Amino acid sequence: MSARDAILKRLRERADGSLSAPESDFAVVTERGWSPDERLARFERCITSVHGEVVHTSREEWSDALVRVLADKGVRRLALGREHPVAVEARQALADADVALVDVDRDIEAWQREQFESVDAGLTSIGGAIAETGSLWLWPTPDEPRLLSLVPPIHVAVLDADTLEDTFFDVVERHGWANGMPTNALLISGPSKTADIEQTLAYGVHGPRELVVLVRHIDADTEDSE
Amino acid sequence: MNAQNQIDQAHPVQTYSPREFHRQAHDALGNPQIRGNFRKAMDGLMTKRRDSFEGWDVETLRELGANIRMRALAKLPDLLEQLEANCQANGIRVHWAEDGEEACRIIREICQSHDAKLVIKGKSMVSEEMHLNAHLEEAGIEALESDLGEYLVQLNEQTPSHIIMPAIHLNTDEISEIMHDKTGTERTRDVDYMTAAARQQLRERFMAADVGVSGVNFAVAETGTLCLVENEGNGRMTTTVPPVHIAVTGIEKVVEHLRDVPPLYALLTRSATGQQVTTYFNMISSPRKEGEHDGPKEVHLVLVDSGRSRIYQDDELLDTLRCIRCGACMNHCPVYTRVGGHTYGTTYPGPIGSILSPHMMGLEETKDLPTASSLCGACGEVCPVKIPIPDLLVRLRREAVGEGRGNVAGAGVKRTRTEAAAWKGFQWMATHPGVWRSGTAVVGKLRALTPGKLGAWTDYRTAPKPAGKTLHAMIKQHQVDKSRLDKSDKEPR
Amino acid sequence: MTPVKCYPPRPEKVYFFGTCLIDLFYPEAGLDGIRLLEREGIEVLFPQDQTCCGQPAHTSGYHDEARAVAAAQLDLFPEPWPIIVPSGSCGGMMRTHYPKLFAGSALEKKASEVSGRIYELTEFLVHVCHLRLEDRGQPEKVAMHTSCSARREMGLAETGPSLLAQLGQVELVEQDRAAECCGFGGTFAVRHPEISAAMVEDKTLAIEAAGAERFVTTDCGCMMNIDGRFAHQKKAVKGEHIASYLWRRTS
Repeated sequence: MSARDAILKRLRERADGSLSAPESDFAVVTERGWSPDERLARFERCITSVHGEVVHTSREEWSDALVRVLADKGVRRLALGREHPVAVEARQALADADVALVDVDRDIEAWQREQFESVDAGLTSIGGAIAETGSLWLWPTPDEPRLLSLVPPIHVAVLDADTLEDTFFDVVERHGWANGMPTNALLISGPSKTADIEQTLAYGVHGPRELVVLVRHIDADTEDSE
Repeated sequence: MNAQNQIDQAHPVQTYSPREFHRQAHDALGNPQIRGNFRKAMDGLMTKRRDSFEGWDVETLRELGANIRMRALAKLPDLLEQLEANCQANGIRVHWAEDGEEACRIIREICQSHDAKLVIKGKSMVSEEMHLNAHLEEAGIEALESDLGEYLVQLNEQTPSHIIMPAIHLNTDEISEIMHDKTGTERTRDVDYMTAAARQQLRERFMAADVGVSGVNFAVAETGTLCLVENEGNGRMTTTVPPVHIAVTGIEKVVEHLRDVPPLYALLTRSATGQQVTTYFNMISSPRKEGEHDGPKEVHLVLVDSGRSRIYQDDELLDTLRCIRCGACMNHCPVYTRVGGHTYGTTYPGPIGSILSPHMMGLEETKDLPTASSLCGACGEVCPVKIPIPDLLVRLRREAVGEGRGNVAGAGVKRTRTEAAAWKGFQWMATHPGVWRSGTAVVGKLRALTPGKLGAWTDYRTAPKPAGKTLHAMIKQHQVDKSRLDKSDKEPR
Repeated sequence: MTPVKCYPPRPEKVYFFGTCLIDLFYPEAGLDGIRLLEREGIEVLFPQDQTCCGQPAHTSGYHDEARAVAAAQLDLFPEPWPIIVPSGSCGGMMRTHYPKLFAGSALEKKASEVSGRIYELTEFLVHVCHLRLEDRGQPEKVAMHTSCSARREMGLAETGPSLLAQLGQVELVEQDRAAECCGFGGTFAVRHPEISAAMVEDKTLAIEAAGAERFVTTDCGCMMNIDGRFAHQKKAVKGEHIASYLWRRTS
């Protein structure tokens, strides 16, 4: 008998008899009842407490904010996608800036060392965020692959304020994640860190040393016109 | 990195065995460095855990955690098949292993089929449990740990002393020395410098690695998703950079639904390190798809039994399998805090190790572990999935002395004629009240003859002296006094 | 977890289960517990045939022996009066482990019935007697050590301290890691003497560092352990069972 069949057989023919499965009540992990402002405040408090940086900006002017952030951080080479509106707008805004744009829509085998050694920052869009824990969630795509938010020392993430939800459970349920998961889904809550050396926190151990979240708000004028 | 192979006299290879628990405990207790490192770390972790649950209805959340795990176990065979089917539909290859040896062989063969020279590893306790690194090294495949703590422990030719914080037994100076000796970094107390150095060293290896091996925190049956919890990013590196990813996990790690994951994740991070959330929660559902530009082209899942299906048979022991490997039980254990993780001589130290290792290694090997607890209950109180750890310790004590159900390998190994007779004697005394009364009264009368030395007890404490009169005797006197008093109250004045 | 317990009104009579450690080593503590109850106008019945709750055998894994000993206690409390135990450890054994020990046996129902009537002494004094105390003693700094069984198995972290808080002249000092085990653990202290010793050493250091002149405990096992360590070190700090302490200062 194969290991598979032997293991399953033992489990099915359980000596103490079959077990009854309890129902679960998930009320404790959902519906915090926060207002949008409370959500945002909580998100910001949580993510900054773990060393994430938050820059508030608008849908219209966010790419200016991006240019400023890249200049402040001394980013010379930025890796980014090509198709997502975030990447499209960023490329336009950076066309004349002193920042080299690195394409990521190519197989990693062709440029692994380049990505590891000569990219200063990666820019990604974000699916949404979780207020309770200060977490970003993202589903990497061919346009914005998995390593883009991991390998470069700085990760710049572009988040729309109105995508904030209360809890991780709410995200999983409302977006129907169980109906089809991507190759890779991620929650990111701050830059890479470790406390393995005598409980002392250090950042950037394997992933990015810095995480900058550009939070895009809908402008007051735009809101009125809606 | 070549320096890694140098033999270093300052850090001789240490091996630990559960058979040597007493000797290892003696050594640890006498080592102020170890004592200090663990005390400081555990104090911090207990405080952080408490703070992280502030504002939460912890009991309800723990109840839910326990409930989710119990449901998963109740449906375990179905869920494993569902997991397998969904993983396969997603392109993940699923393997089953009866024991660690078979799992090692499966992983080695996958590595060999890719002509792998270097395997990079994310933290995986199951791989520790089956001694994967040694197995791969024997086949000429280098297995390199990438979690910083695991990396340091591996550099020091040790094993982890904690399931979440592998290098917790080492302090900054020791780590500086290890890194200096093995990798040529400067001697320093600058943690940022050491971290940056390790990043540099390991990045090279990530690029060179042929295979990445990781553990799994939760395997979701309904979607065929493997969830990994981490802070460093090495787990993401391990599962994304090398062309082949092998995830290895115990068969009990499966959960039914994706919505079961958020509550368990909330419990895990808070219980383990007192974090609201870890930096990364990495959910993998398939290898690189057509058109995608990175990620492994091959993903394997190895499901390991290693005694788990045996634990599964018994209604009481079953609770052991609820464990989500947070380590809170060790963080709160006064025994673990005193002796550290290596003393246990097992992959899983502390309370969870003491209720798990006997099933994996047999009671003969681990007979001192279930008694290495004062049954203070701190572990059970903090367990995020409400495993009744103290009750399970007692159950294993029963098995060890041959009064259990015989469902554990090595049952009865601790039964000695002398001890069994002593407890029979106790039973006889305590079920014959007349004998008990006269016996205890005699002990009281002979109190002057009580030995001043009572074995180990009096090495550290003075011996208690029996009182002159037992409570049984004093009560009789008390009742006489009282009735006299009552009478005099009632007498007319 | 401790189930929420609904407390009955104050009864006319109670049973007293003295425990074997008190019987042999600290009978005065047992008697003081009885005195406290009697002062509240409660008649205390002490079945002379009581011996031991069976816990030492139970925690050692000798459940057949423990069951026999426990069974011998079940017959001692025929009337429906509460059973008062001046020990969290024995109380925890009788309240939480008796039902499991007899599960599936002919004595199951009886064991559950008895376990439902078990109260630890301070629990009973606080929640049933609503005890009011008037302190007649000298000013003193005292540390409380609540046993792990009282604290976790019976959920009684607060009853001891709340009684001490009623003593006007007593300053209850807070020790570091008050909830940590003292290292007694019954046969644990014998099977793992060095680890136990390391634990009790830390406990005595914490009590001393808190500035306590005395420590008070709900359990005689802990007392034997902590007090024995203080005495071995020739320290001035003395231990006392909470029943004796309360009786001494209020009578």
